[in-house]
Amino acid sequence: MATELTINGQARKVDTDPQKPLLWVLREDLNMPGTKFGCGMALCGACTVHIDGQATRSCITPVSAAAGKKITTIEHVATTPVGKKVSDAWTELDVPQCGYCQAGQIMSATALLNSKPKPSDAEIDAAMNGNICRCATYVRIRAAIKQAAGIKEGTAA
Amino acid sequence: MSEALELDRRDVIRASLIGGATLLFSAKVAIAETPGAKPVMLNAHVRINADNSFIIGAQNPECGQGIKTMLPMLIMEELDVDWAQCHIEQTLSDGKIYTGQIAGGSFATPNHFLPMRRIGAAARQMLVKAAATRMGVPEDQLTTGSGKVTHAATKRSLTYAQLAPDAAKVPAPDLATVPLKDRAQYKHIGKSRVGVDTPAIVAGKPLYGIDVTLPGMVYAAVEACPAYGGTIASFDEAAVKKEPGVLAVIPINSSYDPKGGNDAVAIVATSWWLANKARAVLKPVWNDAEARQNSTAGFAANAATLFGQAPQADILRKGDADKALAGAAKSVTARYEYPFIGHANLEPQNCTALFKDGKIEFWAPSQAPERGRALVSEMLGIPPEAIKINMMRIGGGFGRRLMVDYMAIVAQIAKAMPGRPVKMIFTRTDDMRHEFFRPGGWHSLSAGLDKDGKLIALKDHFVSFGADGKPVQAAGMGAGEFPGPLLADVNYGVSYMKTNVPTGFLRAPTSNAMAFVFQSFLDEIALAAGVDLPEFMRRTLGEPRLIPAVQGQYGEFHTGRALNVINKVCEIAGWKGREGGNGKGRGFGFYYSHRGYFAEVVDITVSSGGAVHVDKVWVAGDVGNQIINPINAVHQVQGSVIDGIGQALSGQSVSFVNGAANRTNFHDYPLPRITNAPSDVVVEWVMSDNPPTGLGEPALPPVIPAIANAIFAATGKRLRSLPVVPANLA
Repeated sequence: MATELTINGQARKVDTDPQKPLLWVLREDLNMPGTKFGCGMALCGACTVHIDGQATRSCITPVSAAAGKKITTIEHVATTPVGKKVSDAWTELDVPQCGYCQAGQIMSATALLNSKPKPSDAEIDAAMNGNICRCATYVRIRAAIKQAAGIKEGTAA
Repeated sequence: MSEALELDRRDVIRASLIGGATLLFSAKVAIAETPGAKPVMLNAHVRINADNSFIIGAQNPECGQGIKTMLPMLIMEELDVDWAQCHIEQTLSDGKIYTGQIAGGSFATPNHFLPMRRIGAAARQMLVKAAATRMGVPEDQLTTGSGKVTHAATKRSLTYAQLAPDAAKVPAPDLATVPLKDRAQYKHIGKSRVGVDTPAIVAGKPLYGIDVTLPGMVYAAVEACPAYGGTIASFDEAAVKKEPGVLAVIPINSSYDPKGGNDAVAIVATSWWLANKARAVLKPVWNDAEARQNSTAGFAANAATLFGQAPQADILRKGDADKALAGAAKSVTARYEYPFIGHANLEPQNCTALFKDGKIEFWAPSQAPERGRALVSEMLGIPPEAIKINMMRIGGGFGRRLMVDYMAIVAQIAKAMPGRPVKMIFTRTDDMRHEFFRPGGWHSLSAGLDKDGKLIALKDHFVSFGADGKPVQAAGMGAGEFPGPLLADVNYGVSYMKTNVPTGFLRAPTSNAMAFVFQSFLDEIALAAGVDLPEFMRRTLGEPRLIPAVQGQYGEFHTGRALNVINKVCEIAGWKGREGGNGKGRGFGFYYSHRGYFAEVVDITVSSGGAVHVDKVWVAGDVGNQIINPINAVHQVQGSVIDGIGQALSGQSVSFVNGAANRTNFHDYPLPRITNAPSDVVVEWVMSDNPPTGLGEPALPPVIPAIANAIFAATGKRLRSLPVVPANLA
C-alpha cells in the first residue's frame, strides 16, 4: 500500500506495509540510514526524528501514523537555524565517541531548543534523558546544548 | 571506501619488518606529475595525490576510541605534512599488509606509537632522497614542511607530488634506524584534533556496519537457541516461507565452534523488518536439556560449596599467609561478589557479506576483523586469501566486537545466497542474550595488620568459572593483583566451576571487577588501621621503586607512578581524609591496568530511598610522557568513568534462567543516562618519563570502588556486592 510522506521538505511515496515502523522505512525503503536502530522499543532514542516538530521515536511509529505530517531527519536538520547551531556545537566540542547515538541526541537537543531556547540544567537533563549514549558523552552533550543556546558555562539560564 | 588504499599485491614488495609493523612499498605504480594522474602509493599507509594532497591510511578499527584520528596524526607528524593537506581513509583489514589491526587491550597506542611514526618518517626520507638527487645537493641541506622539500640556500622547493615518482623508486629505509623528530619539533602530536569522522557523524552520513547498502542486498534475522549449547530439533520452514518478503530459511551454526551443530535459523527476506517479523511463525524446538541446566541460582550454590573447600589451585603464594594471619594484631575478613554483565553496544551486532565464486567480501564492524578471517576460513572451508574485509565504523566496541560470531553467522547465510549481498542484524534482545558476558565472581578475603597498622598478610579465595584448572575467557585473576607482589606473606587461591555461558572481554577486563573487590577491601583494612585509603595506599606502596615483572606471573609495576597519581588526585579534589554523613560521601579508588595508573575521587549523594548519585569526579592519570590527542584523551577518561558509574549504580546484572540470559532490552538492562552523569569529570595528567600508553580502558576500574567507598562514608554501609541495590541503602 502506498503511503505519502513529507520528509525533509520533499514529497516521498513508499509502497510498504502501513505497520512498518518509520525507522525501517527511512533506512530500507528510502535509503536514509542516518536515523539509527538501537532498541526497537523507544527506550534508547537513537531513532529520534521530528514529526511536525516533535521529537518522536521512529522505531515504534508506524509509517501510516506519519502520513501527511512533516518529518525531519538528521540528514536535513542542520538546514534549520536551530539544528545548524546544535550540529555546529556538536562538531566543535567533538561530542561523539563511537557516534552511533548522536543522530538521536542532536534531534532531541534541537527539539528542546526549538521549544525552550534557553533551557535550565534540569530542563536539559529531562529533555535528553530518553537518549542513551553508551560511550557516556553526557558531560559534552550538556555543554554543546548550552553552547548552541548561547548559555555561558557556569551561569544559570 | 577503502579503494584508494587497496593494494595490488603484484606491485607490492615487502621492504622491511620491524617493531611489530610491516611496511610495504609499492615500486611499480604508474605515476605522472600532471593533475588528474593516478596517486602514488609510497607505502601501505601513504598515498600522494597529483595535487599534493595526501591520503593517510587509518589501519585500525574505530569504535569510538579515536584511533582513526590518532594513528594518522603519527604518520602525518613524521611525513611532515599539514592536517589540511590530508584525507584520512580506513584501510582494508589485511594481516599480510598491516600488523595489529585490532581494537583491544588499550594496545594501539603503545604498539603503534613508534611504528606509525617510522612509516611516516620512511616516506619522508624517500622524498628527501629523491629531492637531493633532483636538485643535486646533499640531503642534510634539505628541510621539509607542509608537503614540500626545500633547499634554503638556493631558495628552491619541490612538492612531494613532484617528487613522488622518483621517491617511489628509492629503496625503503631501515625502519629501525630511520630518524624521528624530537618532541620539540612536534606539530601534530599533542595538538587536539576533533575526530576525523565527527562532521560526518553529525550530518548523519552512513558510516557504520549497519548502514551498509549494496545493490540487490537482502536482509537476515537470526533465531538462535536461547540456552547456550543447545541445537535445533525442528522448526516450521513452510510457515515462514509463506510470510511476505521471505526468500530463504537457513539453519546455521552460531556457536563460534566450527564443529558445533546448527543452533540457529536465519530468515532471509527483502527487508530486515520482514525477516524479523517472520520469526513469529518459526516455532523452533531446541535440543537443550543439558544447556538449560545453567542458572544463576546454581552458580551461587556452587560458589557456596567451593568456599567450604580449600582453593583448587594457587594464583600467587609467597611466604606463609596463614601463619602471618594467626600472628596479626588485627584482622579483617570479608566476602565480595559481582554479577555477569553485558556490553550492550548501542549498534546491535550486525554484519554484511557477499559470497561469490568461492570468495567472500565483508563489511564488518569488528574490533578484531582478522580473527573473523580465521574463523570464517575454518567455518566455510575457504582459504584466508578468498576473504576480503572492509572495516566499518563501529557503534560501540567495549570488547564485544573482539568476538566475531556475526561474521561467521553472515558468512553461512551469504554462502547459501551466492551472488547476493546479505545484511544480518541482531535485535536488541538477540544482542543482549547472544553475548559474551563479563563473568561474575566471588572472593573470600582475609587480611592481617601488625600493631602499627601495617598490612602483613593477605589471603583471597577467588571462585570463578572454568574447567580443568583453567578459567574460561575473561574469568581469570592475575598474580600481580595489588598489593600481592608487595607483600611477604600472601596467598591468592582459586576454584573454578563449569559453565556453558559464553564469556568475554568487557572494557578493562578482570580489572573492572578486581578493582571493586580489592580497593573496597583495602578501604576496610585502612579503616581498621585507623587511616584513610590514600594514606594506607602510601604506606603499602612504600618508597618509589619498580616492582619487576615475574615471567609468567605478572608485569612490572612502579610504586612511584602510583604514588604520584594518588597524591595528585588528592590535591585537585581537596581530599581531607574520610568525609561523609547526612547522605553525602566522598570516596577514593586507585587502579593500575592496561599500563595506565589512575586514582579517582568521587562525591556522591545518597537519597532517603537509597538511590546513589555521583555529583562530581576527579581523575589523575599517568599514561606516560605524551598525550597524543588531548581532547580525545579527556573524552576517553570521562566516558570510562561514567561507564563505571553505570556498572555500579544503574542496575546492570544478567541472570540466567533455564540456561538463557534473562535480559531483553534497556528497561531490564539499564545503561547510565544523562541524569546519572556527574556535573563534571575533572581530568589531570601526571606526566612521567615513560612511552605513551592507551586510554580506552584504565580510567574505568577505580571509579567503582571509589563509589563503594563513598557509600560507606555517606551511610556507614559497606557495599560488597554489585550492582548497588537502593533498597539496601534506604
